[in-house]
Amino acid sequence: MKRSTLLAAIVVAIAALVAACGGSSNTTSGSGGGSSSTSTANNSAETAGAKGGTLITRANAAPSGSPDPQVNYTLQEWQFLIITHDGLVGFKRVGGADGTKIVADLATEVPTPTDNGKTYTFTLRDGIKFSNGKTVTGADVKATFERLFKIGDSPNAGTWYNVIAGGDACVKTPKSCDLSKGIVVNGNQVTFHLSKGDPEFLQQLALPFAFILPADTPTKHVDIPPPGTGPYKWTEYKPTTAMKVERNPFFKEWSKDAQPAGLPDVIEQRFGLSVQAEVTQVENGQSDWVANTDTIPADRLPELSSKYPKQLHVNPLLQTEYMALNTNVPPFDNEQARQAVNYATDRNALVKIYGGPQLATPTCQVLPPNLPGYQPYCPYTANPGSGKWTAPDMAKAQQLVKASGTAGMKVKVNSDTTDVHKAIGEYFVGLLNKLGYKATPQFLSADIQYPYVQNSKNKVQIGWSDWFADYPAASDFLEILLGCDSFHPNSNSSPNIAQFCDKNVQAQMDKASATGIEDVNTANQQWTGVDKATTDKAPWVALVNTKMLDFTSSRVKGFQFSPQWYFLLAQASVK
Amino acid sequence: MAEFAYEPEPAGGVVLAPGESAREIAGKSPWRLAGRRLLRNRVALAAAGLFVLIVVVSFGAPLYAEHIAHTDPFANNLNGTTVVDGKKVEVLQQGGGPLKLGETPIGPTWQSNYFLGADNQGRDVMARVLYGGRASLLIGVGSAVLACLAALLLALVAGFFRGPVDMVLSRLMDLIWAFPIFLLAISLATVLLTAPDGLQWGPVHVDPSSLWVPTLIIALVYVPYVYRPVRGQVLSVREKEYVEAAISQGASNVRLMFGEILPNVVTTVIVMLPLMIATTILTESALSFLSIGVQPPKASWGTIIDDGQDLLYSRPWVAIAPGIMIVLTVLSLNVLGDGVRDALDPRAKLRIKG
Repeated sequence: MKRSTLLAAIVVAIAALVAACGGSSNTTSGSGGGSSSTSTANNSAETAGAKGGTLITRANAAPSGSPDPQVNYTLQEWQFLIITHDGLVGFKRVGGADGTKIVADLATEVPTPTDNGKTYTFTLRDGIKFSNGKTVTGADVKATFERLFKIGDSPNAGTWYNVIAGGDACVKTPKSCDLSKGIVVNGNQVTFHLSKGDPEFLQQLALPFAFILPADTPTKHVDIPPPGTGPYKWTEYKPTTAMKVERNPFFKEWSKDAQPAGLPDVIEQRFGLSVQAEVTQVENGQSDWVANTDTIPADRLPELSSKYPKQLHVNPLLQTEYMALNTNVPPFDNEQARQAVNYATDRNALVKIYGGPQLATPTCQVLPPNLPGYQPYCPYTANPGSGKWTAPDMAKAQQLVKASGTAGMKVKVNSDTTDVHKAIGEYFVGLLNKLGYKATPQFLSADIQYPYVQNSKNKVQIGWSDWFADYPAASDFLEILLGCDSFHPNSNSSPNIAQFCDKNVQAQMDKASATGIEDVNTANQQWTGVDKATTDKAPWVALVNTKMLDFTSSRVKGFQFSPQWYFLLAQASVK
Repeated sequence: MAEFAYEPEPAGGVVLAPGESAREIAGKSPWRLAGRRLLRNRVALAAAGLFVLIVVVSFGAPLYAEHIAHTDPFANNLNGTTVVDGKKVEVLQQGGGPLKLGETPIGPTWQSNYFLGADNQGRDVMARVLYGGRASLLIGVGSAVLACLAALLLALVAGFFRGPVDMVLSRLMDLIWAFPIFLLAISLATVLLTAPDGLQWGPVHVDPSSLWVPTLIIALVYVPYVYRPVRGQVLSVREKEYVEAAISQGASNVRLMFGEILPNVVTTVIVMLPLMIATTILTESALSFLSIGVQPPKASWGTIIDDGQDLLYSRPWVAIAPGIMIVLTVLSLNVLGDGVRDALDPRAKLRIKG
């Protein structure tokens, strides 16, 4: 999903709706890479500490948009929702690469799809209760998915969950949504019938949109998430001050993999301080963690790095930063011009803007490391062949610009006004001028830049963006960001910013998607081919893959970083 | 933000300044008298000297960058190195400690290269502060002059013709005045900066990144501030006997406005000009700080403070240096403005509102 700033400020809720086709939104949710915490003394997977106490976390502002679990699309709220609610399946709740594995949660086991990937049958565990004391039933499951459509503005209802039979009709007329044909309940058995095979259906069921709610939950936005089945329950949600969860008295651990019992008694997130003040609070032990939605100021990194190394945690993300090149507008409707910018880009210089080699790694391709289908590939470097970027090739770039006949054209470089992204924009203004274009900047507030850069009406020639995986799947990058169906002309919800649509590449994407229903490994190999083919066409200048930096107080023990959910709050001890 | 209020003395005969005798001023033209009074005001002269110095060093920025700092202050230097005390050092230095997180720009070397250190793109802060001064002064002076000229012209027309013309123009000014300055400026800037093809007025094309954009925006929002007192002056002067006499002799409207009334109200604008410049420089800095004024890689004092904001903890000079320049410029213009007022209009009341 789009998260224009984990690295900066929060985002607009409207942009979250943009997420059509898989979650484009300017929000702060996402998932991370597949490897565990590195570079820290206080590494992940530490032995859990004692129970009790209050984990006090800090964020500059409340999660953007509605707090409703079927609408909210921010990592900030999802980190709390995963400890208050459950889906039929979930991502394994551990740090490291295992955190991307799907495990059974409210269901007894992960089903194998039948009927060419169109039927999934789950059996509910016995005796699991919501935090209001009611037992979870099949009727709750069906009602949850009907509510997903009835509520009207769940970001991915029409792109992920409409694959359930009857889902398309629910998208058209949400109020009268009836999934009786798509979800059949028989006692504790719940069967999903899909209109077509979907290799990522289980992963989509593991996300908060699909967390099971009581059947009597009203079909309108709630002010605080309704009762769930996790080890905690929501007790406070005040967007101006704080959100808080406390222990759910009805919770009994049924699967350590899916939903382990939490350690702190209370987990709270307080809002309102500047990020600088948040860092100082954590240094002083007044708070325990700076939320991922707030970027730790680059100015503080050397100090933290030397004084508090044991409280810092650096982890890779499933994320790519890129400059989209508009393939429909000169000069970048010319493939050679696009390749020229790719060759000229000094990714080591960009790494410095992102905080140095510990926090960012150069890349040339769409897929980030650790994502299924990823194979290192970089044709746009001096001395290609190793798959890794080593140095820019200015001579080749200038030769390509000359051959393209685009030299001297005016180019407007679009980015947002946050510190890092503005610096990236300025870098490209300088680079394009050096290549012979007449480049000028166009820097917009982070709130409006993402919708603006997507809208083809604005004719953005080259624009900064980033993408965080919703879940670990190659299609979540390639199909959503560069598939023909992801380009919606004149719309603010068009995640294919490059307006890239290549028939051959699209055919390869369709083939890989179809293969994934039956054979995931072969499909991943095919996605590798799609990644290479797309990179060769150069609709982007892929810049870097960033890493997440977490800063915790000295009393936090047992920091674990899940590639899907990042810091697992409930698994840390403050006693 | 500080605003100023100017209440000019109604135009009339020659007025004595404190400590001035009638004999001293006998036979001297008002302009000569004003010049003489200004030259006697040492504080105002010192302020004028300071302002001139700031202008000179700012406009000497290219010389400084090329011949002293040997740098291009608009190009990033992320991978660059420089020599300090004979040693080659990186302009952006990797953080310390076991994790080596972050990249910190080099601090003040107090030498010709990177005198005030580098910003987070490895650019020479001193050279940028000087270049930034050029942009800030150009926009400040440009917008103040434009605002004063536009206000003077509109006030002449409104005050001279009175009636419906006055009503329309004055309500238009009231409308602009009714908007909080920054709200109006931010709204205009946001619209203009996002126009995909810039602005096109007939054959005139203004690129969104041009310095003209903040100049015109700031000029527009300050027109009413000058218009109101000048219009009052025009209404007053229009009733004077010498204007009546000119009318009776058949002088044209243009002659009356520009030959009889204008010379008697222009001092009001001259008194306001230095203070307007100070105000517009502050406004430009604020807009640029908010990223809706001067567009990078161009620099103004506001953009440099914005750049320095993220380095306050480790490299405070990036923000402090342009801040000092703004303070000195505004201070010198305010003191100079007081001096000009004392020289031209000794009985006028002019005060800064906090």
